[in-house]
Amino acid sequence: MSLDQPNTALDPRCPSGPLAERWTKHLSEIKLVAPANKRKHTIIVVGTGLAGGSAAATLAELGYNVINLCIQDSPRRAHSVAAQGGINAAKNYQNDGDSVWRLFYDTIKGGDFRSRESNVHRLAEVSTEIIDQCVAQGVPFAREYGGTLANRSFGGVQVSRTFYARGQTGQQLLLGCYSGLMRQVDAGRVTLLPRREMLELVLVDGKARGIVARNLITGELERYAGDAVLLATGGYATAYYLSTMAVNSNASAVWRCYKKGAFFGNPSLTQIHPTAVPQLGDYQSKLTLMSESLRNDGRVWVPMQPGDKRRPNDIPEAERDYYLERIYPSFGNLVPRDIASRQALYRVREGKGVGPTGVAVYLDFKEAIGRLGRQVVTDRYGNLFQMYEEIIGDDPYETPMMIYPAPHYTMGGLWVDYNLMSTIPGLHVLGEANFSDHGANRLGASALMQGLADGYFVAPNTVGHYIASVDLPKVGTDHPAFAAAEREVNARVTKLLSIQGNRTVREFWWDIGRVMWDQVGMSRSEAGLKEAIDTIQGLKARFWEDVRVPGSADDFNKSLELAGRVADFFELGELMARDALARRESCGGHFREECQTPEGEALRDDANFAHVAAWEYRGDDTEPARHIEPLDFEFVELKTRSYK
Amino acid sequence: MHFTLRIWRQSGPQAAGRLERYEIDDINPDMSILEMLDLLNEQLTRDGVEPVAFDNDCREGICGTCGLVIDGVAHGKKHLATTCELRMRGFVDGTTITIEPWRAQAFSVVKDLVVDRSPFDRIIAAGGYVSANVGSAPDANEILIPKVDADLAMDAAVCIGCAACVAACPNASASLFTAAKIAQFSYLPQGQTERERRVVRMVEQMDAEGFGDCSNHGECEAVCPKGISITNIGVMRREYVRALTGQLR
Repeated sequence: MSLDQPNTALDPRCPSGPLAERWTKHLSEIKLVAPANKRKHTIIVVGTGLAGGSAAATLAELGYNVINLCIQDSPRRAHSVAAQGGINAAKNYQNDGDSVWRLFYDTIKGGDFRSRESNVHRLAEVSTEIIDQCVAQGVPFAREYGGTLANRSFGGVQVSRTFYARGQTGQQLLLGCYSGLMRQVDAGRVTLLPRREMLELVLVDGKARGIVARNLITGELERYAGDAVLLATGGYATAYYLSTMAVNSNASAVWRCYKKGAFFGNPSLTQIHPTAVPQLGDYQSKLTLMSESLRNDGRVWVPMQPGDKRRPNDIPEAERDYYLERIYPSFGNLVPRDIASRQALYRVREGKGVGPTGVAVYLDFKEAIGRLGRQVVTDRYGNLFQMYEEIIGDDPYETPMMIYPAPHYTMGGLWVDYNLMSTIPGLHVLGEANFSDHGANRLGASALMQGLADGYFVAPNTVGHYIASVDLPKVGTDHPAFAAAEREVNARVTKLLSIQGNRTVREFWWDIGRVMWDQVGMSRSEAGLKEAIDTIQGLKARFWEDVRVPGSADDFNKSLELAGRVADFFELGELMARDALARRESCGGHFREECQTPEGEALRDDANFAHVAAWEYRGDDTEPARHIEPLDFEFVELKTRSYK
Repeated sequence: MHFTLRIWRQSGPQAAGRLERYEIDDINPDMSILEMLDLLNEQLTRDGVEPVAFDNDCREGICGTCGLVIDGVAHGKKHLATTCELRMRGFVDGTTITIEPWRAQAFSVVKDLVVDRSPFDRIIAAGGYVSANVGSAPDANEILIPKVDADLAMDAAVCIGCAACVAACPNASASLFTAAKIAQFSYLPQGQTERERRVVRMVEQMDAEGFGDCSNHGECEAVCPKGISITNIGVMRREYVRALTGQLR
């Protein structure tokens, strides 16, 4: 099918042939834009995290004109900055049997066989180049005394392939990416626009040709035109209110595109990370992640007896249940995230939860401190221990940490083909904002890898292919489509400010967050999901009648920003519940209570659900349509994941 | 807990500002100070008063977005913490807390407690990078870096760009911020070819933005939430002098 037609048939456009040769073959076959012509093309990149920042910098290096927007006051603050643990790469520097195939296989298996083989293999292939690029930029990865790079093993795999920079890998990779971006800003090839929020996509002749953004300082609506639009706007776990995401993380850009015709892939597939600091009270605005690397040395346990209120150090060894080691002897505390999270939920349901709320489990370092010494534990986890002590007021060297799962990453996102193009021609989606690569569960240290793979290596090639393949007549911001898009944004903003009801935006956000966590969270049932859809529809109706948004549209107005985002969470939350309801199987982070083995493990249904669900918007008063992209597994055999 | 808050309100860059007084009750000691401000804004919204604008994002001390002068100290009196990491248990019940924005000639106030820190981006754009285009990198382990050097580089690289160093400095100098980036690259083999250009351009940009000079007060290191050492400023000066005298070649 031609690249300038909407890909509503969900053609993944994967190359054929041997898996390991597909990306190379694709690169040698796709069309190129001549060097002198690149500067005639403008590309709009929304977002400056690892995916957006790397794409903007790389496209500018190639010679394109790039417009790069972010909601933060500086590109360096995008939420990639908060990733702690590391980045995977199939370098096999440790000689422990790693390979591109193994990283590919671990990612496919970790994703519970709900991702595309071709995409995931490409991710594993370019992983090695990512490390080379980051080191060349001066990213100070951890090193051995001999000067070579250090690695560690990370959640759910049996090789040491994770590269890291203390507990701040995301920060260091983002600062590397940001430095490359600022170099292009200095060279005049990237126009950087911070404190801008994309509020509408502009289509001309069915192709993505621009956006309307709100200047968050002045409130003015601004129009930007280009030949392609790249969304790298991150995940939407803030729909749960409490999550490990930044408080400004949101779904508005992807949601505007969904409503303009981009299909939404697997919206319900959310990763609930097993090791966050538990919730302490209703006032709380976010959950702080404790890196998964802690599970390399920490042991997870609960008291054997339900309702045991003794202090953890008063509970003797014989009365503790190290449940992950007991149930999964070969992976122990390192089982994948979805499994670790669900087992914590079961312990809490059995009444064995710990801490003041009874909704937490212990992560204990006593054995590690005995085995390694306190200094080694400090070197590895010192900053995390300090962070924990700040929040809880307890010293993890003396008393076991309390942890509990928290929404952390959204595997779902806009549907994209192998070229990272959505169903809308010209609209490309990168990083967490797209649905690809991680299937139903993302492995630890893979998000940074995917963001940079998409931005440094995939999109710069495939976007060029799109530009070279389709006819792109000149479109300026005076085109009527821009005025129309701007009117839509204005109407929405005016409506939000005109209601002047009785409840604040945050009160509504709390409400939807509670529904999402209770019924569209770690454990989902048919009845609960149906109820959630009803409740969310009711909340949405009430929001549009009773919300109070203070201030004006032509000013710096945080309440207005938040109101627009929360309004979108109602619609997205409903779609997440619909998707979870339609996927009548358990896979990865998606657990349907009706679909489990007698031992409580996820029961996949490959006969009926080995596919991507892609949802099509059909109007506010019409139910969305669920379409399917079948997943063909030509190279791996679908197996029941077993970590026992 | 109960607090009296004195908060800087300013409607825009050109407007005159003032300290406004607010009373707030039922504060849980485990709350962070930004969560307290969230509650204050809920209260103000219900009362029909415009909420207080303040910048924040990750709320776990890594993005560098938040930054308030609390009782006269950038990021408050707690050592090695950003504003978002401050818990109310660190304050005395019933007292008054004064909250102001970062103040520096180079940072204009956007609104209330929000300031414009874009000068920091321009300092980085002037040279805070290694020119390494995608596709041209050698295998990562071909560049061997002694662990000691990698650790020193990392100690400087942990800067979150929050600008507390500027807010605390009597000269409103951006020396610690600028020096941290220059020092990071001075310890690493990557980017040596641009070492001279980097330090000269970054220092010139820092001056052009209207930041003051460093006169060794050390306030920056004292408030830095990531504990970045003032010795980096010594490194920057050495690099700068050596660049000007041709000794880096």
